[in-house]
Amino acid sequence: MKVVLNHTEFEEKIGQLSQSVLLKYPQLDDVVFIGIQQGGVTLADEIIDSLQKNDPLKKIQYGQLDITFYRDDIRKEILAPDIMNLPFSIENKNLVLIDDVLFTGRTIKAALDVLLDYGRPAKVELCVLIDRREHRQFPIQADYVGMTLPTDKLDKVKLIKDGSGNKHVVLVQH
Amino acid sequence: MQLSTKHLLGIKDISAADISLILSTARQFKEVLQRPIKKVPSLREVTIVNLFYENSTRTRISFELAEKRLSADTINFSASASSVSKGETLLDTVNNILSMKVDMVVMRHSASGAPHFLAKHIPAAIINAGDGINEHPTQALLDAFSIQERTGQLEGKKVVLIGDIMHSRVALSNIYLLKKMGAEVMVAGPPTLIPKYINEALGVKVEYNVKKALEWCDVANVLRIQLERQNQVLFSSLREYNLAYGVSKKLLDGLKKEIVIMHPGPINRGVEIDSDVADSNRSIILQQVENGVAVRMAVLYLLSGK
Repeated sequence: MKVVLNHTEFEEKIGQLSQSVLLKYPQLDDVVFIGIQQGGVTLADEIIDSLQKNDPLKKIQYGQLDITFYRDDIRKEILAPDIMNLPFSIENKNLVLIDDVLFTGRTIKAALDVLLDYGRPAKVELCVLIDRREHRQFPIQADYVGMTLPTDKLDKVKLIKDGSGNKHVVLVQH
Repeated sequence: MQLSTKHLLGIKDISAADISLILSTARQFKEVLQRPIKKVPSLREVTIVNLFYENSTRTRISFELAEKRLSADTINFSASASSVSKGETLLDTVNNILSMKVDMVVMRHSASGAPHFLAKHIPAAIINAGDGINEHPTQALLDAFSIQERTGQLEGKKVVLIGDIMHSRVALSNIYLLKKMGAEVMVAGPPTLIPKYINEALGVKVEYNVKKALEWCDVANVLRIQLERQNQVLFSSLREYNLAYGVSKKLLDGLKKEIVIMHPGPINRGVEIDSDVADSNRSIILQQVENGVAVRMAVLYLLSGK
């Protein structure tokens, strides 16, 4: 197991991603943030925290999305679903979809399928912490990227939380 | 996490962990049913036959809607309009249907054990939608879901089943489920409609006085008199049954606490329950029906991969 980002580096990346979003949407008007269960929600919690610190009075719209019922490999293994929580309309909103790792692109494709069952957003952008670019199986790219990481296809990249709540990104090599 | 079983034949055969998994999955499906598009693609390549050898309104429609909300292909079969009336056996009928590549069978039958028989002989996943006087597992699951939703938890809750316990598959499935989930269970009604050794056999309290039963409980699940399954006179008249065992507003107003009223339907108003109780704020009868779709979606989804 190799540490890709230690806690300090992780915090720096959160700051950078939040700044990139603010550069595009300075007032955060008509923007909705959606974390993909589960790693994406862990990352999104941090990004929302960072954006909230920047403007404590701003009411940021943030939801959590679960793709379990939309997976394209659902018959291989039936998984218990995670919590889905979109307590606002996404109609005509600018959506920032947040996931920890962008790998084959299949999760994002499923997440887009989920979103379209909720409404018709004006625009959907993708924000990821780690981009494993060379393994893409769908034509999907991120708009905000923490870092690009060269990996072997069978490697695993994980966002983990230690006992004291600090977050790290590790690479588990095959 | 996965279910420990390939079929849902009865609550008797599944574990408390299975029940919890079904209920928590159903909560997510309930969310799906609130969306603008109340449908997910999960069972897109799955074909389900609804095999109803006995009349049903609620259960059949609820299963059918659950299947459609999961994007499954469905075939409806009712015995009265089929070759069963020409003398075909159950196994022949089902094998013929299965040769058309059906993955799951939802079955209701007047003979207790019919779905268990099918499960032994065919490869499809079988879901029992009520077999004779044995079990009706999805009804017990939706009842548990509704109790949980209204009161927060099942553990430690006092639930009374009132009425025709003898002929009720809903009662048996409810007893198994509530006991497995740590609730206290009582059955109440006329002695002729309560099996004699139910206390020893299933570990439930027995009460012949409905007022006392209501005083004891947090939740009362009122059951219908199953006249179609009774071949002898077990009480003198429906009016007398209502006077002695019917749940009335007067009885409930006399209690020191508010209790939750449930009924699996169909209701015989003025017999086991009065209209002003069935339609009151205490009643969650229509929520039970709504929750039925989410619970059946969870069962179908969790069994679809086996």
